[in-house]
Amino acid sequence: MTSEPLVEIKGLNFSYGERSILKGIDMTMAHGKVIAIMGGSGSGKTTLLRLIGGAVRPSSGNVKVAGKVVHELKRDELFLMRRKMSMLFQFGALFTDLSVFDNVAFQMREHTDLPESMIRDLVLMKLHAVGLRGAHDLMPAQLSGGMARRVALARSIALDPLLIMYDEPFTGLDPISLTVIGNLIRRLTDALGMTSIVVTHDVQESLKIVDQVYFISDGVIAAHGTPDEVRGSIAPFVHQFVHGEEDGPVSFHYPANAYARDLKLEGSFA
Amino acid sequence: MQRTTMDLWVGLFVMAGVGALLVLALKVGNLGTYSAADSYTLTGNFENIGGLKVRAPVKSAGVVVGRVTDIQFSTETYDALVIMSIDSRYQFPKDTFASILTSGLIGEQYIGLAAGGDDAMLKSGDKMMKTNSALVLEEMIGRFLFNKASEGDGNEDAQKN
Amino acid sequence: MPRRIVTGIQGIGHRVIDSVWRLGYASRFFLLTLLKSGTSLRRFGLIIRELYFTGVLSLIIIIVSGLFVGMVLGLQGYETLQRYGAESAVGTMVALSLLRELGPVVAALLFASRAGSAITAEIGLMKATEQLAAMEMMAVDPIARVVAPRFWAGVISMPLLAALFSAIGIFGGYLVAVILIGVDEGSFWSQMQGAVDFRYDIVNGVIKTFVFGIAITAIAVFEGYDASPTAEGVSGATTRTVVTSALAILGLDFILTSFMFRGMG
Repeated sequence: MTSEPLVEIKGLNFSYGERSILKGIDMTMAHGKVIAIMGGSGSGKTTLLRLIGGAVRPSSGNVKVAGKVVHELKRDELFLMRRKMSMLFQFGALFTDLSVFDNVAFQMREHTDLPESMIRDLVLMKLHAVGLRGAHDLMPAQLSGGMARRVALARSIALDPLLIMYDEPFTGLDPISLTVIGNLIRRLTDALGMTSIVVTHDVQESLKIVDQVYFISDGVIAAHGTPDEVRGSIAPFVHQFVHGEEDGPVSFHYPANAYARDLKLEGSFA
Repeated sequence: MQRTTMDLWVGLFVMAGVGALLVLALKVGNLGTYSAADSYTLTGNFENIGGLKVRAPVKSAGVVVGRVTDIQFSTETYDALVIMSIDSRYQFPKDTFASILTSGLIGEQYIGLAAGGDDAMLKSGDKMMKTNSALVLEEMIGRFLFNKASEGDGNEDAQKN
Repeated sequence: MPRRIVTGIQGIGHRVIDSVWRLGYASRFFLLTLLKSGTSLRRFGLIIRELYFTGVLSLIIIIVSGLFVGMVLGLQGYETLQRYGAESAVGTMVALSLLRELGPVVAALLFASRAGSAITAEIGLMKATEQLAAMEMMAVDPIARVVAPRFWAGVISMPLLAALFSAIGIFGGYLVAVILIGVDEGSFWSQMQGAVDFRYDIVNGVIKTFVFGIAITAIAVFEGYDASPTAEGVSGATTRTVVTSALAILGLDFILTSFMFRGMG
């Protein structure tokens, strides 16, 4: 394994039209680590994942994965790179027309010429790793939210990727499933020697499993550090976020005109 | 759904669809008895084709032996040139008589072939020399009225004399 | 007041630019689908699966509708033709109306509302639940893997379904005219066979159904792929598929008919 970081982000800017989402992001993510990216809703976390996966192009700056600048790759080079990364979508995004088995086997069938007997063994191994070997016959519609997330996890490790990105993996799960998914992310990362990027706003669960945390607020990195550093941080934003306080640097009110003026009370007093 | 069941259904579906096409072609389109593939072409000039249309049948003794494939106006002879495609199973003598007939009083018009007695047969691309124009109802009525009128004239003349 | 007129003109301009842009986008999508058909044609299993959903599942509605349309044609045709003493021509009437117009058009309309809407809903839902994005991230092109097989399955199914529709419709006409009313069976078939031409009536009808099949499935896959990824987006796209397909079928039918049957008896 090289000492060079797997993902390197330099001076990254991104905007939708005139609305700028990310402003000058710098990050490095080492091999074999679990990195959390946290921030309020709409702070550009998911966009960051899409930039790493090459689904959108940066306005300026660049993202390097395994030494290659993602947005400079041609389409087939990008597809080749994507075989080494995978992404776990918010609600799993399992293919609803395929069974659990076929979902996990999907990439093996699309990208390799492995014989069906070997695919079967591999799929059962992946499913066993997430504890759902017995569910291989079910259709996605028959799974609970937590199970679907686990199947999606098995599917995303199907081709032993170097990098897995998780887009809000904890959303809408009960506390038990939440712990199960969190521990799976940690265990699989260690066992397979891959790198995991977890985008989430579930502070408590993710602080238990990650090596490094980045806080994004208003398109810039507000703070970063190890979980312990973050817990002890006195930076106002981090403190507000970690402890879930209503008011702080992220104010409760969306920027607005003076209250009195909006209610047209000014005139009567003037 | 099991893969094999699905394959079976799709197979049945494709067979039914192709079968329906075949039924349409053979039973309804009558492709079995008349095929454009093995046929030869004959032409004929007609003074007046009346309401004859492309695709009208060519019959001999009431049996369909071919179809009209094209109708043109000839600027050399100032009449209609009719091109027909005849089933190559049916050969006709050189002096075959072609006339435009009507099935029933107001039915569709077709070309009737009446075989002659020549030993030489018509070959593909030949022109039939003996043709008979369509009977046009208006002309017939016109001629009838004209005849009546001239008969009347004749009677008047006779009375004068 | 002039301000309002300007906004009105801007509105018109905006809509025109929008629809031209959308048309261009749809054409580009259609070309991409054709270009990326290699995978699905090589792995024919993908198309077979979609043939089941577009073709086999549309069979019932096509067969039942075909039978009834044919029976009604037989009944009404007999009612009208017997006034002129031409009731033996009822077979001709049923066969020609089905082969030239009703078979292709009605089968296509049914196909659009049965299979076209299902294709749009399925692709739209796959988009809404991020399945297409997931596929893209797995380095699998969703156009090649999801869109193209559905497109080809639709193009293959449509002519077969329309042929079934016409054949069963003619059988329905036969049931009513010959079995029920008692028109002479021999003259029913022979008049039909005398009037129906393989090249002009049957082949032209099949060409029509091919064109309809391409139009319907192209519209259906595009609307699904282009749907906004929400529940309302998908249901709106499904409705648009049915409406646009119906208009496309009727418009194309007029154009094709005027080219095919011009000056025919």
